[in-house]
Amino acid sequence: MVHTLVNFHIFPLSHRKKLTERSEASTQVSEFSVNAEGEGEKVKLSDLLGKMEKTPKNLNKTKKQLKDLEKKSDTLELPLSRQEKEKIQREVAYVKTSTEVSRWESVVTQNRNAEQLVFPLIQEPSGPKRIEQVVSGWKAQTPLEQEIFSLLHCNLQPTHDPVLTPVEEASLKAMSLEEAKIRRAELQKARALQSYYEAKAKRERKIKSKKYHKVQSKAKRKEFLKKFEDLCKTDPQAALEEFKKMELLRMEERMSLKHQNSGKWAKSKVIMGKYDLVARKAMQEQLEMNKDLTQKLVVPSEDEEQEQEEPKALPDFVNDPEPVGDPANPWMRGQLSAEALGPEVSHEVEQEEEEEPENEEEALLREFEQKRRLRQSEDKGFEPVVSEEQEVDEAENREAEEELSEKGEKDDEDGLAEFKNLFNRLVEPVILETGEEQGDEGLEEGLVRIHSLDDTELLANDHEASLVEPVPSDTSNMEASACPPSKNSKKVKVIDPSEVLTKQAKVIKVPHAPMMVEDEEVRNEQTTIIKEAFAGDDVVSDFLKDKRKLEEDSMPKVVDLTLPGWGEWGGVGLKPSRFKRRKFRIKPAPLPPRKDQKLPAVIISEKRNAALAAHQVCQLPFPFTKPEQFERTICSPVGNTWNTHNVMRKLTAPKVVTQMGAIIEPIAKDDFIKDKNPSKPQPNLQLTKDSSLAKTAPPGHKRRKK
Amino acid sequence: AVPQKKDPFPGQAPIPVERVKKFVRGDVDKVDALSAWIGQYTLLMVESAWLDTDIWFDILFSLLQYFNLNLSQFGPYRLDYSRAGRHLLLGGRRGHVSCIEWQSKALISEINVMEAVNDVKWLHNEAMFAVAQKKWLYVYDSKGVELHCIRKFNDVLRMEFLPYHFLLATASSSGFLQYLDVSVGKEVTAIGTKMGRLGVMTQNPHNAVIHLGHPNGTVSLWSPNQKEALVKMLCHRGAVRSLTVDKTGMYMVTSGLDRKLKVYDLRAFKPLQSYFLPAGAACLSLSQRGLLCASMGDVVQVYRDVWGTSVKKPYMAHRVRGAVAGLAFCPFEDVLGVGHAEGFTSMIVPGAGEANFDGMALNPYASLRQRQEWEVKTLLEKVQPDLIGLDPSMLGTVDRATWQQKHQERVQALGFDPLAHEKFKPRRRKKGRSSSGAVEKRKRKVAHEDQRVKKDKYYFH
Repeated sequence: MVHTLVNFHIFPLSHRKKLTERSEASTQVSEFSVNAEGEGEKVKLSDLLGKMEKTPKNLNKTKKQLKDLEKKSDTLELPLSRQEKEKIQREVAYVKTSTEVSRWESVVTQNRNAEQLVFPLIQEPSGPKRIEQVVSGWKAQTPLEQEIFSLLHCNLQPTHDPVLTPVEEASLKAMSLEEAKIRRAELQKARALQSYYEAKAKRERKIKSKKYHKVQSKAKRKEFLKKFEDLCKTDPQAALEEFKKMELLRMEERMSLKHQNSGKWAKSKVIMGKYDLVARKAMQEQLEMNKDLTQKLVVPSEDEEQEQEEPKALPDFVNDPEPVGDPANPWMRGQLSAEALGPEVSHEVEQEEEEEPENEEEALLREFEQKRRLRQSEDKGFEPVVSEEQEVDEAENREAEEELSEKGEKDDEDGLAEFKNLFNRLVEPVILETGEEQGDEGLEEGLVRIHSLDDTELLANDHEASLVEPVPSDTSNMEASACPPSKNSKKVKVIDPSEVLTKQAKVIKVPHAPMMVEDEEVRNEQTTIIKEAFAGDDVVSDFLKDKRKLEEDSMPKVVDLTLPGWGEWGGVGLKPSRFKRRKFRIKPAPLPPRKDQKLPAVIISEKRNAALAAHQVCQLPFPFTKPEQFERTICSPVGNTWNTHNVMRKLTAPKVVTQMGAIIEPIAKDDFIKDKNPSKPQPNLQLTKDSSLAKTAPPGHKRRKK
Repeated sequence: AVPQKKDPFPGQAPIPVERVKKFVRGDVDKVDALSAWIGQYTLLMVESAWLDTDIWFDILFSLLQYFNLNLSQFGPYRLDYSRAGRHLLLGGRRGHVSCIEWQSKALISEINVMEAVNDVKWLHNEAMFAVAQKKWLYVYDSKGVELHCIRKFNDVLRMEFLPYHFLLATASSSGFLQYLDVSVGKEVTAIGTKMGRLGVMTQNPHNAVIHLGHPNGTVSLWSPNQKEALVKMLCHRGAVRSLTVDKTGMYMVTSGLDRKLKVYDLRAFKPLQSYFLPAGAACLSLSQRGLLCASMGDVVQVYRDVWGTSVKKPYMAHRVRGAVAGLAFCPFEDVLGVGHAEGFTSMIVPGAGEANFDGMALNPYASLRQRQEWEVKTLLEKVQPDLIGLDPSMLGTVDRATWQQKHQERVQALGFDPLAHEKFKPRRRKKGRSSSGAVEKRKRKVAHEDQRVKKDKYYFH
């Protein structure tokens, strides 16, 4: 149908199409011989699409959309007015551009903060360039060249990419500052770790506690056994060898006469054994061990155990440090050791004392041990984390319970030590409060500490006289200062010249009295001056009047904005209401106090020096945030008279340095937004001349010099 | 051709013989006597070989520093030493002006200006000096040739030269304080002080502020930037006779008709010491090391440490031949120059001068070349008069005045408000198109522009 219509319009007369003949009766007959085919159907929007589109898929979709559109009954909203549309567009554009621009902010601030910018920022590496870099796309052509290149190839000399030999690369790397720094840091760390490890090992080696070593060796042994068992399962051959080794060790042990009662210690024990149960027991133990060792046993594991028993010969508590509550307080230490310990322990102490002269080194070591313990106990007090050594102690205690149940005494002793520690900690604050009063009073005679109100009373008694004296003088001063100057009275002021010109004159004796009479001219002049000066003899009052007038003039005036007759009756003899007058009277803020407020004989002008202000800085330059900062900076001299040469050069270094002949490209976005395209090669930071510059300036940005 | 008339009295008008007689200089052979005197001493030195020559030289040099110039004819003398202390300028009340290189006693020039001389002052170097004469201010070169007669500066009584600003400050009898920029020869400012005759004047070397003493006992401080006094202090109950400020600018010493001598702390504007002198001091001067000299009639007294402890008696006293009119310590020398009615006396005051001079700033032993270079350098480093104020370090501070204040100043300076925006006034149209509604519409059309302009002006200026 559309087709026909179109034809009808386009070809009006000459090329008229043949009229279709009517072959059947129809109700609706067009006057213009137009067919009424498909009559009664409404033309739909989608029908119009049919001939235009070729892709059926889209067509269907569009058709559906159009249908939906037709179905909608409610009216379409009016399109926005131009202004509103533009407003929205502007807003969107603003957001977009502001985000775009804000990306530059960090770079800009960085550049502004930089002490010096060297352009172009991406600089070629200094030094001679290789020929390959300079002449790219150059090929060996002559036979000589080819020969050379073949030689280079032979020697693993890369020609194009990479241009450096591995050796050269390594050397370059060795030369690079960053690498060197990293390497140095690594070395430092390694060295530090080593020293820590060494210190630790040394400390552990120095630990005198037999218990500790016993536990250590036991743990080692256990581990070894475990390994051995594993070895038995996996590699019986190796296990056998190990076993042989162990056997050899045992044999050596047996051969040595270590556990006979021949040692120094053992001899002493023999002597002591007569009186001391503990010593006797220790002796017995050693004898038992000897027996065990000398017995020929088939089981090797038992031997090992006995071997382990060996270092335990000395009862451990002998070496236990004396638990000290407060090392700084010798008072406390003595007291506790005397009172809190039982008779047994005191005995042990004696024993220790006997031993001490024998080996001073041991004593030293013990001291260290004591310190260690102390530290430990402190740690306990501050944090509940159990330290390594403590763990060891605990493990040892457990073992002691398991194996040496007969050594009840020792456990008791341990408990005692713990109790002592605890007690010390409890007692400490008490000592601080009371102990000082008792003990320290004798020591510190110079200082008198007041601890309670009673004490202060005592003090007062002591220094009564000295305290009483200053009080009246103070009060008298107060009175003197309190009596107000009568100047304040607003009525007729009586000016006391001595108040204004405060200084009292001192008479100077003059050796030569003036003899000569001054010139007549001068004298005449002076007489007139004197007449002027003493006209009223109220030079002072005149001055004060002037000053008062100036003060009044400089006071801000009250502005009265009342309109008489506005909102109420006005006229002669009528005043605006008080409320109105108060409301419309504008009181200006009071001025800051005058500089000469406290100087009666001085008038200081409050005018600002506008001429000077023209030369002053009125807006803080960029990096400064406070005027004080700026003032301090600007006041410090720059020249070489006041500074060292280096400082002066640093102070006067130009803000921007450009290389002659170098092209300075404008700053590019790609250079500073890294994350967007990480594929892009980053410019090499190390290659910039100044490392500080490389830090301050963004990696690859260029900027046009202004 | 116009027939030329012959001048019946060619040349300058002759000066009456009697008047010339009045101004003829006195003893001519004074200098000869002086040289004879020097010769005598050198002879003495040579004769007594037993004394160490160095000591003799010292004695001789200090002896040479004491001398009298007997100039009784031309009345009380005002004087001024050059800044390096080599040259002395003497100005007699009755017109006698002479430049002397006082250490070698060489007379550089000597003129009689044939007029009353109120004050003399060296300018920035020894090549020029200013003389305040009866009516105008004159500038002469060291040869005595008149360079300028400055008619803008009349009835000058006292002068001060501000070396770093190249300003010559003058105080006149009509109460005007004027500043002359010597480097360009222009008047910087003229301030009518309204304080009467300005006969007492000094400068604060620290901040180049001019101190004036007044008959009503006040001392006022002035800078060329402000038409009113920076500070006014009531110092004396009678007129102020003389005042002086020390090198550091911390202390001011004044003397008044009430016969008092007062020391003020200029940082706090508070009196530190007050002394009563039986005769009162007519002239005051402070040396580089802080010695104070005061003259009473014909007696010159020197005091030590007047502001520290209260002084009981003078350090030195000396009687000269006539009433003292001018006092000045010679820089870098232990010498006090006294100008009086009978001539000039150079007296020795031990410990007065600064022994350690800064050769880069002021070098008494500078060569000719150095002096020339110094002149150029100081000219290049000339400080603008705008920077004169009570606190010389103010330039280094940030101007914290609000925007409004600055704007107000700008308006005052320009005479109009540069930011004032004229309100849009719609043109009157005919044929009923200027109905109030239409006018409003037109106004509304440009309202936003108005707003924008205002914003721009207030935020970006």
